[in-house]
Amino acid sequence: MTATTTQHPLPASAPPSAAPVVDRRARKAARRRQLTACGVLMTPFFALLVTVFLIPVGTAVYLSFYSDDQPGLGFGPERTVFVGLRGYGAVLTDPTFLAGLGTVALYCLIYIPLMVVGALALALLLDSGVVKLRAWAQLGLFLPHAVPGIIAALIWLYLYTPGISPVIDLFARADITIDFLSVHTVVPSIVNIALWSNLGYNMVVFYAALQAVPREVIEASVVDGAGPVRTALQVKTPLVRASIVMVAIFTLIWALQLFTEPMLLSQSSPVINSRFSPSMYIYDAAFTRNNYSLAAAASVVLLLCTIALSYGVTRWTSRADAQEVR
Amino acid sequence: MSATGSTLLRPRLLGRTTVNAVVLISVLYTLLPALWLVLAASKDRDALFGSDLLSLSDFSFAQNLRDLFAMDGGQYGRWYLNSLLYAVLGAGVGALVSVACGYAFDKYRFRHKEKLFGLVLAAVMVPQTVLALPLYLMASQAGLVNTFWAVFIPVLFNPFGVYLGRIFSQGYVPDEVLEAARIDGAGELTAYVRVALRMLGPGLVTVFLFQLTAIWNNFFLPMVMLSDQDLYPVSLGLYQWNSSATVSPEYYPVVIMGSLLAVLPLVLAFILLQRFWRGGLTAGAVK
Repeated sequence: MTATTTQHPLPASAPPSAAPVVDRRARKAARRRQLTACGVLMTPFFALLVTVFLIPVGTAVYLSFYSDDQPGLGFGPERTVFVGLRGYGAVLTDPTFLAGLGTVALYCLIYIPLMVVGALALALLLDSGVVKLRAWAQLGLFLPHAVPGIIAALIWLYLYTPGISPVIDLFARADITIDFLSVHTVVPSIVNIALWSNLGYNMVVFYAALQAVPREVIEASVVDGAGPVRTALQVKTPLVRASIVMVAIFTLIWALQLFTEPMLLSQSSPVINSRFSPSMYIYDAAFTRNNYSLAAAASVVLLLCTIALSYGVTRWTSRADAQEVR
Repeated sequence: MSATGSTLLRPRLLGRTTVNAVVLISVLYTLLPALWLVLAASKDRDALFGSDLLSLSDFSFAQNLRDLFAMDGGQYGRWYLNSLLYAVLGAGVGALVSVACGYAFDKYRFRHKEKLFGLVLAAVMVPQTVLALPLYLMASQAGLVNTFWAVFIPVLFNPFGVYLGRIFSQGYVPDEVLEAARIDGAGELTAYVRVALRMLGPGLVTVFLFQLTAIWNNFFLPMVMLSDQDLYPVSLGLYQWNSSATVSPEYYPVVIMGSLLAVLPLVLAFILLQRFWRGGLTAGAVK
């Protein structure tokens, strides 16, 4: 990603001049003008970065070490006391938080492989050149991405609700009773919502990467006698590895934040409690129980998990790359 | 000869059929729930709970539409306008800010540039839910909780847009063109606005569209920041109504109709702007 830093020559690439002093001065002035422009172009974004990213992250870390006796900051004299790691201790020994982490871990284990393999398989099929009406198929697959997450959850909630759902009716006609929102099915049901929403989007990402694979490489493998399946799996797939890693990391980051779908489903299902996932735990701790230090500690734990896992995926894939080269 | 030809062709034909069948099933999987939303939106409450979705006997699309905009004193129209304001204005300003920054990362040299860019990329990773409580506390100290700004300012921040902006700038704005503008005596910012920004057009549209989707989808932040229903975006409003529907079922048809209308702007934007975002995804995917 960052190997793209081409060095740009300065504009006044000094020609051998009779007046080197004047030239140097002009160059300095040009450089100053450039730095000013650079500052002007970057300032709005970095102002946002500081106010809605750096300070909040710092505040979350700070809050996690302090406890506030009076709930509701800004009222009366604040009595914040340093409690060190007690907040973290409370979070990490809270069975509801650990259960939430477990739920999200299970969710990730089902969702991420299904998503990456499914989207890649569809992209390879579409890239194989035998699919009819390819552009329409792509548009159809992509459509759910334009459906907001909360509405996707609403649609599927209704499709999971007995009495409204034609899906349950269909199963009932075959004498199968199915409860999509029971203890054992609720995580797969949420996986299905996320998969429906994002499969097409990631398929398009993979498809775009496959389009960039040089056609000569594919022709060479066909000449070597590789069939379409082998070409897809052993030639094309390794060449889009960078996209696979990117999709996996973004899917992981989103999956760890799991909030919208269970929040909506919890309105109709007693199986989902208010601390179902770590994000819901944070929301519950901060805005229902007004326990800011607990919420902040849980936030920092979630943040650390995200960073550690993303870093792990990156390291793991780059090591796999290195082994491949060897 | 034709016999050997057909035996050779048969597995390939079989493969072709299988491939098309798999793609067809996948497309049905993505389209049918959307189709259900359209059909369900045209049903009255009794027909919704009766199973026969395809019968046209109790068609009440217009009635549902009227009910939707009449419910709770026309709240839905208000939410819709709020969403449009948050999303269109926010994505417009946000895209300009991010792309300008990405362009500066590409075209200028300064110390610690890559470290700073690393910070931008790190910001992509941080979950929104982690930032929500501190943002809420900051907004409450600034007296901005439960105002337009509490939702509007945080959504402007789009680090991924900076990443895309840098890639687009590399791809679309050749250094020679800037060089020529400088020799013509144009200032740095003039060159950006008059020359580079025009070339960055497709990239700008892509970043805009991604951010539009993100803001339109935004649910967590408004939920934390807003208590005044008049400021709600559609997503939060429908969430609210859906929770009422568990008690008073007359909300069901309006929630479904409201969901259908809330999907339309993004579907339209994606279809109309296909050319741009497909290019944008390529840029993001091929490092």
